[in-house]
Amino acid sequence: MTDISKIPHIDEIFNHGEYHGSEEKKRATFVERSASQNKIVPSLEDAIIKSGLKDGMTISFHHHFRNGDHVVNMVVDKLAEMGFKNLTLAASSLASIHSHLIEHIKNGVITHIETSGMRGELAEQVSRGLIDCPVVFRSHGGRASAILTGELHIDVAFLGAPSCDPYGNANGYSRDDDNGIACGSLGYARPDATFADTVIVITNHLVSYPNAPWAIQEYEVDYVVLTDDIGDPKGIMSGATRYTKDPKELLIAKTAANVIEAAGYLYDGFSMQMGSGGASLATARFLRKKMIDQGIHCRFALGGITGQIAAMHEEGLIDRILDVQSFDLDAALSLKNNHFHHQIGAIYYASHLSAAAVDQLDFVVLSALEIDTDFNINVLTGSDGVIRGAIGGHPDTAEGASLSVVVAPLTRGRIPTIVKHVNTIVTPGSVVDVVVTDRGIAVNPNRPDVKEKLVKAGLPVFTIEQLRERAEHLVGVPDPIKYKDRIVGVVMYRDNTIIDVIRQIDED
Amino acid sequence: MYVKDRLRRSMMFVPGNNPGMIRDAHIYGADSIMFDLEDSVAYSEKDSARFLVYNALKTLHFGTKETVVRINDLGSGLGIKDLEAVVRAGVQVVRLPKTDSAQDVIDCEREIERIEREAGIPVGSTGMMAAIESANGVLNAAEIAKASKRLIGVALGAEDYVTDLKTTRSDGIELLFARSMILNAARAAGIAALDTVYSDVNNEEGFVAEATLIKKLGFDGKSVINPRQIEPLHKVFMPAEKDLAKARAIMEAIAEANARGSGVASLKGKMIDKPVVTRAKRLLDLYEAGSKISEVEDD
Repeated sequence: MTDISKIPHIDEIFNHGEYHGSEEKKRATFVERSASQNKIVPSLEDAIIKSGLKDGMTISFHHHFRNGDHVVNMVVDKLAEMGFKNLTLAASSLASIHSHLIEHIKNGVITHIETSGMRGELAEQVSRGLIDCPVVFRSHGGRASAILTGELHIDVAFLGAPSCDPYGNANGYSRDDDNGIACGSLGYARPDATFADTVIVITNHLVSYPNAPWAIQEYEVDYVVLTDDIGDPKGIMSGATRYTKDPKELLIAKTAANVIEAAGYLYDGFSMQMGSGGASLATARFLRKKMIDQGIHCRFALGGITGQIAAMHEEGLIDRILDVQSFDLDAALSLKNNHFHHQIGAIYYASHLSAAAVDQLDFVVLSALEIDTDFNINVLTGSDGVIRGAIGGHPDTAEGASLSVVVAPLTRGRIPTIVKHVNTIVTPGSVVDVVVTDRGIAVNPNRPDVKEKLVKAGLPVFTIEQLRERAEHLVGVPDPIKYKDRIVGVVMYRDNTIIDVIRQIDED
Repeated sequence: MYVKDRLRRSMMFVPGNNPGMIRDAHIYGADSIMFDLEDSVAYSEKDSARFLVYNALKTLHFGTKETVVRINDLGSGLGIKDLEAVVRAGVQVVRLPKTDSAQDVIDCEREIERIEREAGIPVGSTGMMAAIESANGVLNAAEIAKASKRLIGVALGAEDYVTDLKTTRSDGIELLFARSMILNAARAAGIAALDTVYSDVNNEEGFVAEATLIKKLGFDGKSVINPRQIEPLHKVFMPAEKDLAKARAIMEAIAEANARGSGVASLKGKMIDKPVVTRAKRLLDLYEAGSKISEVEDD
């Protein structure tokens, strides 16, 4: 053997020393090996101990199980039982089922929360001052960026998965049949899997290696926990998101499709995203008819994906689907079966630090709780000032798309949707192009090009002030919501600058 | 104030006790909106529905939509209270239910006129339409249609009618006589003929078949019970392209004759008669109404 020190430039070539022979030759079959050497730990408690989690650290979760999720509650219960305190919980979003966290906030296990949204009793209590440190609300793109830069550093990620192999290759649907738990894409878990110091996959469905194709790959995973129950399939997703039959939502959807066509963004090879909500999802139905009539196809559909989008893919109207989150079982099934229905992670989807898919959008159709006369949008706090929603990808797609269309009824019950000032700014008016209501359309003054086209097409275009006056004529002006000075939530824009704050409601 | 002769392809039923539906009724593009105080309102809700419809008529803007209220029949004791409210609120048309004879129309008109006088509303401002819902009514259709100059049309109410005939609704054959009678009565009186509802909202195919049939018979339009029925109905009434081209040519020939100062117009060597012009104009009006890209309009 040559003297290593005599190799020229050896210090510039990374030096691990001299070869000393390999380990003992393996003889076991791969099946025997998977049984004895793997990442499976006997219990969640073992995984937590091995992860090195300490008081004051940050734990994370994804929200692909929606309101059927049992992982967050199960893990936090265990952490409380083990005596952890002062943890930051960073979920990609939270749902009503997580009201369980209230007791763990009160007993000091969780002292800070980061999320995209919050609903139900937890949200009610946060709005009433449950937690000292304000909750940080980020968009899906904003969270991805914060994880990428380390601004949101995750110590231990607890990622529920409907299937996983002994080495941690995990995916969002059952491998051997269609009866297991399915959530489709695991897009919002992927930044956590990549950047968390320790990753624990929690699954109810252990399959043999390799669980391919996968959403999360084994080299990012440290431990696998097998448990009976990761969630309630009924709460995770239903068979198919049906198109709304509500005539008002259909009217709004039809108008939105006409707006997109008139504005010139429905052409052969276009790209699109439909946000959640009856009217925005139904817009696809009216676009579909136009596409068939005009013989045009869509290059890619992005985002939260429904069975309708998958069906349009299967009938050849949409070339590619980029799926960061599947909204229903039909979408999950399409992800499993269709080669060009492709799963993407949150960074790819919407991070402003990378060339994200949202930046390639021609148009997006989004919902809103409130819209103000500066076109600012609120999707986070209700008309009583209480948190009851989620930012989701709203600001990411509104900024990313060339045409952002916001659909909403002019009034909801006795509440006007178009107001002078929204309770909470989530998406700034500067990135909102068109507002479509059941009683007319308003175009942002910074898009005179769009306004001209819509007027020319004979669409009912008004100023946003006119729409506000119409709403007020119908239902009047509600009394302003009373807030205390105390800040209970901080709302981040997609670049993680602070765009607004949420204050404690004043019920005195 | 009502307009006697106007587009009435669709008349949408709106329960008079549902504030949300009353508020939104006019945004779906129906030509007429009919607030119902009769069969869709439970007895215990009659007063609140009347109050609600009165205030809706006074407060809300319905754009170019025709406003109609179906009152309870005068014999019930409720009908007169309904009239007191809706005539004062300025409804355009009162729909009289279960009209069996010309006398029913005359009785109702007398009350409307009294209320108009008492309220200081110009006498004759309020229009009427009569719904015929019985065998007697059908046989009296011709007299009913001519019973008041306020009448804008007669309508068929099929559910009560088929019960009276001891049959049920099926493919439409059971309504052929009634439809023909009512249509002829309307035309003889120079007013509109309006068809009954199709209640299976989820059966668009059946609805379109029925709409196509009544259009062929000559009806002006049809009652609808859900906004989802409006667009398919208007599509049925949309003129064909070749008929449109002919109608446009006729109107151009007329315009040209007028420009020449001639009272006689001709197209391809044929003189254009007045009925031909009337039909052409009606067709173009239908086309214009049907081609609106969106039904949202100025208040």
